[in-house]
Amino acid sequence: MNPVITVTKLNYAYGNISVLRDISFQIQRSDFFIIIGPNGSGKTTLLRLLAGIISAGEGRIDVLGDSIEDYTRKTLARKIAYVSQTVPVDFPFTVSEVVLMGRSPHLGMLGLEKEKDLVTTKQAMEFTELDHLADRRMNQLSGGECQRVFIARAICQETDIILLDEPTASLDLAHQTRIMDLMEKLQKERDITVVMVSHDVNLAAMYGKTLLLLKEGQIVSRGKPDEVLTFQTLEAAYGCTLLVDESPLGHFPRVTPVPNRLMVIKK
Amino acid sequence: MESGFLKRLMLVSALLSVLLAGAMYLGISIGSTGSNFGDSIRFLFTGKSTGSVSEAIILQIRLPRVMLAALVGAALSLGGLVFQALLRNPLAEPYILGISGGSAIGAIFGIILGFSYFPGVSIMAFTGSLATLLLLLVMSSGQTLFKKDSLLLSGVMINAFCSAVIMFLISMTRDARLHNIIFWLMGDLSSADTGKVGILAAALFPCFILLFWLSNIMNLLLMGRDMAQTMGVNIKIVTVTLLVVTSFMVSATVSYCGLIGFVGLVIPHLLRIILGSDHRILVPACVLGGGTYMVVCDMLAKILPSQGEMPAGVITALIGAPLFIYLLKRSGQ
Repeated sequence: MNPVITVTKLNYAYGNISVLRDISFQIQRSDFFIIIGPNGSGKTTLLRLLAGIISAGEGRIDVLGDSIEDYTRKTLARKIAYVSQTVPVDFPFTVSEVVLMGRSPHLGMLGLEKEKDLVTTKQAMEFTELDHLADRRMNQLSGGECQRVFIARAICQETDIILLDEPTASLDLAHQTRIMDLMEKLQKERDITVVMVSHDVNLAAMYGKTLLLLKEGQIVSRGKPDEVLTFQTLEAAYGCTLLVDESPLGHFPRVTPVPNRLMVIKK
Repeated sequence: MESGFLKRLMLVSALLSVLLAGAMYLGISIGSTGSNFGDSIRFLFTGKSTGSVSEAIILQIRLPRVMLAALVGAALSLGGLVFQALLRNPLAEPYILGISGGSAIGAIFGIILGFSYFPGVSIMAFTGSLATLLLLLVMSSGQTLFKKDSLLLSGVMINAFCSAVIMFLISMTRDARLHNIIFWLMGDLSSADTGKVGILAAALFPCFILLFWLSNIMNLLLMGRDMAQTMGVNIKIVTVTLLVVTSFMVSATVSYCGLIGFVGLVIPHLLRIILGSDHRILVPACVLGGGTYMVVCDMLAKILPSQGEMPAGVITALIGAPLFIYLLKRSGQ
């Protein structure tokens, strides 16, 4: 196997507050890798470190065989694309303008696009089913559409790896599955490694190939969904009572939080 | 940003250049000594000197003034555009954020100390603008910098503080310079001469070119810092460059013609409505459009009062402040 990202003994702290402690793991090529864990467990910090947005205090991150520190911003941007949580765009960019921005790491200073870049842009918009919205302005889109535009922009960047920070947060159920289906299709058809931070353990169970469960900056468990999403590990990580059974949809776990009122009856 | 980007850039630039040229022509033809449409056009086309009084007025008074107005308008609207991109806030503007005010404090200190306009007062103005910029960034440091309300509130406070300091300095001034300072403060273009215009042009043109060079990066910045960074932008270097260049442009204009507000709000907003958000188009459009707007405002300042004239800053504020209130109200919805 050939890892695209290798993290070795990573530590990170904001001032005196330790956020990540002694993290080591690998992400294989064409994996659908989902980082889960309770609030404040360091998920987003880890993703930002992988994206090169912040740089590690201690430890080492290798991207495609080279230390992340050895990349320039632009060369890293040709390997890793990053989709942040939805940012409001108060400026009247059109959808195709935003998607085309993904070409920037491959272009010169003024970002003058060639025919090839426009073709890539068009394909990315078709892939994300945005072609009919190409000339729409960003501030006229719904949250789910906005998120798809940012994903199309990341696809347009033509990288080996795409990182996403809670892409389904604040989306309705239809849009959640739509985004996840899209990422799965991308990972399967284009051989792209998808790394995602998610709050939703059930989406992680259904779509993830590998899960990483964090608690207080440390790895609790890592592996296939049915290895990670067990009653024992989840209760240890989240500190609440959970019901874990098999999903009626197939061979993956289903996690249901148990309300306090039902716990009393059980006792 | 479709295939014909360069074609679009040319078309927009050509159209706005024609507008600017037209406004400048009107500007040199109209004045308190009457209108000389014929004289100015004859002179412009033949270049022949007839030695008449009206020719002297056109050449030595109106032409430098119109050129100054065009430069100031260009620099101020570009300043607004850059701040809006950098702070991801369509309401940001050097005047509203107090950068112009800080620059004015520096400039007034320079005048009181008896410095010459160049380089003394200009350097003082630049120092003043950098100091307020620093203060603004510290006050709204970290993430809150990008929140509309906290940024604007910080700006309003800095502006109020700057006004107080300016008033204090004025009240300490007892001699004939008092009238000059007050008139200059309100945004006055009447003191233009060819030498001044030349220096200002030499200072501003490299800034215009540099900002055009950074225009695609400004597009990326509007996707948020994190995404811009992962699209290959070195945020720290770009942010510092943009802030310093903009402060420099603003302080250069403030030190020559005082506080002219809201140009950086009106023009970028108008152009965004018409042209969209691609900064590779907006940067040249702001230079040309801002120049046109300022030339027209200055012309209105010359011809509206029946006696004498008013500072151009009065006109820009009369148009700009209501627009700002309208935008603020709309963005809150």
